[in-house]
Amino acid sequence: MKRRVEVAIVGGGVIGCAIAYYLTQLGLRDIAVFERSYLASGSTGRCGAGVRAQWGTEMNCRLAQSSIHDFETLADELDYPSIDFKQGGYLILAFGRAQLDQFGRNVALQNSLGIQSRLVTPDEARRIVPHLVAPDLLGATFCPTDGHCDPFKVTDAYAQAARRGGAEIHTATTVTGLRVCAGRITTVETDRGPVDCGLLVNAAGPHAAQIAAMAGCEIPYMTQRHQIMVTEPVAAMQDPMVISFSHGLYCQQTPRGSFIMGLGDPAEPVGFDMGHSWQFLADLASKIDYLMPALGSLRVVRQWSGLYEVTPDSQPLLGLAPEPANLWLAAGFSGHGFMLAPMVGRILAQLICGQAPEIDVSPLDLGRFARGELMREPSVV
Amino acid sequence: MPDRVGTPDEIVICRCEEVTEADIHQAYAEGYRTVEDLKRLLRIGMGPCGGRTCMPLLLGMVARLAGVPVAQVAPAVSRPPLKPLELARYAALQEQQP
Repeated sequence: MKRRVEVAIVGGGVIGCAIAYYLTQLGLRDIAVFERSYLASGSTGRCGAGVRAQWGTEMNCRLAQSSIHDFETLADELDYPSIDFKQGGYLILAFGRAQLDQFGRNVALQNSLGIQSRLVTPDEARRIVPHLVAPDLLGATFCPTDGHCDPFKVTDAYAQAARRGGAEIHTATTVTGLRVCAGRITTVETDRGPVDCGLLVNAAGPHAAQIAAMAGCEIPYMTQRHQIMVTEPVAAMQDPMVISFSHGLYCQQTPRGSFIMGLGDPAEPVGFDMGHSWQFLADLASKIDYLMPALGSLRVVRQWSGLYEVTPDSQPLLGLAPEPANLWLAAGFSGHGFMLAPMVGRILAQLICGQAPEIDVSPLDLGRFARGELMREPSVV
Repeated sequence: MPDRVGTPDEIVICRCEEVTEADIHQAYAEGYRTVEDLKRLLRIGMGPCGGRTCMPLLLGMVARLAGVPVAQVAPAVSRPPLKPLELARYAALQEQQP
């Protein structure tokens, strides 16, 4: 373990590993990633593994669209066997007039940015997903280039490529403190000894606030458990991810044949609980029984949960913190960090190296909350 | 009695995900040294049996490869349910709630 690095990255999820890789691509080699458990052990490895460009704000649309473009060639770029990428689309269901109107505005915005989404009628939606019933369906939006990829493999691919580029990746290494001197972070204290750093990138997911607090920086978000489960694999029968914001539900068949389904529970208390409940399976199953009853015969093989860290506008925090002067944030992803990882990784690397970023993410700085310049994202599960 | 009945690429450790002894040796040699890492790379133990057959075998293999007692090898987290159950049967539970 080097005792001094230029860039210290806290968090070995997809965001931390992607930033490390893109930094090596810009010629920086003096990098260390600190992960307290194994790679992708937190939010990345627990997520629903979906990737979509169908968002409701221009910022998220652009970040996600460019990221999907990266995912298309990522395995080749990173010289990795496969990231299990599947582009079967996302079908987002509309229930109620207000939701359909909002979706119409979303599609207009998405189309203006070159995203190939469209409004579809209930009949068309049922042609795209033949086992879709949802009696009260008013319509849906569909984008064929949205899809799925494997979060473990994407993280591993970034980590291996970063290592080849010279980065050190330390798993089973806990950051226990940060030393700040004259307004700058000088040292990362870990349970394997201190490491001096030129700058620090906080990519610690739901623990980012804890890490920032070690340097006296306050990050506003709330952490909340989201439960999820997977079924046994069956023959391919559902191309797109199906989402219903009204039911807080998402459901996708992976390339391996398993269905991944998850639910956001508005009554879930704020906290760090990562347990699981049978009530989740019962609630999910009854909603699936209404939306796609044919899936009721699938057998559940595993359930787990992960944490969302939800910012006041459900948008990430990117860029330099007001203080300390060398603290960079890539945090607050509000449940959609995995799908944005390629673009976030690129942009953070560009900013850290003093280059102009591909997309101007300055509106996503931490200061926006103090300025009252929130950019609320309407399309979150 | 011979202590093995096939070559490493014939011996299946995880039947659900069809992972062989040779797959595990190769992944270990590539640097996937913990049970959690091997599980996520190879999907060993992530099938319908929930790792009930393969996890003890994998723990033994990792212990031998690392040259440590099996008690020192951290197992993967066990996840519910104990037995695969159809979604529709969970839906029935919801309807029984007051």
